Amino acid sequence: MSVSPLRHAHLDSRGRGRDPDFTARIFWLSLSLVLLWPLCVATEFRPWVLWEPDNRKVTVDFLASFWPLVYETEFMRMVARETWRTVAMATAGITLALVLAVPLSLVATRVLSLSALSGRMNRWPAVLRGCVRVTLIVLRSIPELVWALVFVRVVGLGPTAGVLAIALTYGGMLGKVYAEILESGESHSAHALMRNGGGRLQAFFYALLPSHAAELASYTVYRWECAIRSSVVLGFVGAGGLGQQLDNSMKMFNGGEVATLLLVFVFLVALADRASVWLRKALS
Amino acid sequence: MKPMTSRAPSSHAHREAANPPFKLPAPLWDARCWACWLTGAVLALVVASFASLDLDWAAFASMEAARSMMRFAAEFYPPDLSPKFLSKVAWAAWETLAMSALGTALAATIGLALAIPASRMSSQDPAWLRSPTRWLLNALRAIPELVWAALLLISAGLGPMAGTLALALHTSGVLGRLFSEAMENVPTGPGDALRTQGIGPLRVFAYATLPQVLPQLMSYTLYRWENNIRAAAVLGVVGAGGLGQLLSFNMGLFLMNKTATILGAMLLMVACVDALSFGLRRWLTR
Repeated sequence: MSVSPLRHAHLDSRGRGRDPDFTARIFWLSLSLVLLWPLCVATEFRPWVLWEPDNRKVTVDFLASFWPLVYETEFMRMVARETWRTVAMATAGITLALVLAVPLSLVATRVLSLSALSGRMNRWPAVLRGCVRVTLIVLRSIPELVWALVFVRVVGLGPTAGVLAIALTYGGMLGKVYAEILESGESHSAHALMRNGGGRLQAFFYALLPSHAAELASYTVYRWECAIRSSVVLGFVGAGGLGQQLDNSMKMFNGGEVATLLLVFVFLVALADRASVWLRKALS
Repeated sequence: MKPMTSRAPSSHAHREAANPPFKLPAPLWDARCWACWLTGAVLALVVASFASLDLDWAAFASMEAARSMMRFAAEFYPPDLSPKFLSKVAWAAWETLAMSALGTALAATIGLALAIPASRMSSQDPAWLRSPTRWLLNALRAIPELVWAALLLISAGLGPMAGTLALALHTSGVLGRLFSEAMENVPTGPGDALRTQGIGPLRVFAYATLPQVLPQLMSYTLYRWENNIRAAAVLGVVGAGGLGQLLSFNMGLFLMNKTATILGAMLLMVACVDALSFGLRRWLTR
């Protein structure tokens, strides 16, 4: 955005404004269009397909069937049950993730190393910490949907696969971030305890935990909110809950049910979002 | 991890023992301590969750299940590394990358277009469309990419286009909200200077607001792109193209050797993106 040093240099002979950055804008615009072309080819991106009469008719019919919403008693009872199952899957998954993440993050935390008190950490503890870290990163980087696909094959359709998928992915995420939180900030108090003969667990409970408790708890609450969102998605591969009902209704082109389920889902996410914001504000 | 520690000491002042050095610890349960109620509620939620879900631990913890799990894991080896299949996986990975890039680019455009009506540019701006646009952005954002993809399959058909559009719709909600917040928080000086000269809102936006927020918009967009690569990898599970479609196809046919290759490719891609964004951030904040 270079501005010409000469006043009115950007005005043409008739005194109208001319864009001083005209050439640069044209250059960047055309460059990005050239770069976008191979992407459009790779993704078979042909938006005009949406306007072809056949597709348009299907879309319009489906959208038109959204109204009226379905709200029979039986259907609503099923929706309520599945909503609770979605929340329960997220909560159970996060609980199991905590069971996995807390010990692993304690092992991975470098602040709690006794040998590092006097200079460098010994070799084997360092290797162990590195291994735990890599495990956590691998657990985290396989998406929960892929875990769910695997577990659906092993334990069959149902919430068990969803809970295990959430537990493993979120166990990795929580463990990694817990270790990072525990290592951030002041470590003097923990080191002072360990130098005076305190054990590592004592150093954790009396030095690290008090100073990081609010941050740890608020991150956990945030992840619980994320788990609710992902437990809906997990239903699409057969892990039960709202997602599975949504998938069924979509496959049957039952627009009214789809609309009701989407509304319930948006409401649930908004509620979890509010609850999480409130809890995190109360914690800090 | 539960918020037991944030109990207010002042409410227990009257419980102090006669001899100050030997303070009695606060009682574990106190009806006036909201942290106790909160912890109780969280515990009740956890217990109710485990009780109401019919989780079959018996099937999972038994020897037989462990054996079937081991057999299942053993089937992954050896991964299928034949050149023909590898080129297929490479094409799917490129498709995933292209889906995420194009989806993010579309989302940045739509997000910017929606962020302008969604933000109050100046104190005189009536911003009639502010709350309806924000509702629209929230709705776009609340529905996950995978649900959008499943919905769009109906009109766009199987293939990567549905996935691209799904990423674009969800991300435009996210980016639109971030963009509008960035625009509302921009210093108003340059814009006011132009406005007092009688320059119209469009040019004020192009010459005062946009140049100031552009770096922030770019960094939000790059951050979302990183997220979208991960999301694009799994979108295919519902049939929306990319690595995910290959994965669910091969897993459905129990071709575990090929599945292992695809999983490896996914992990590699995510690791590369993580390393690249970490390096880029280090380089930018240096």
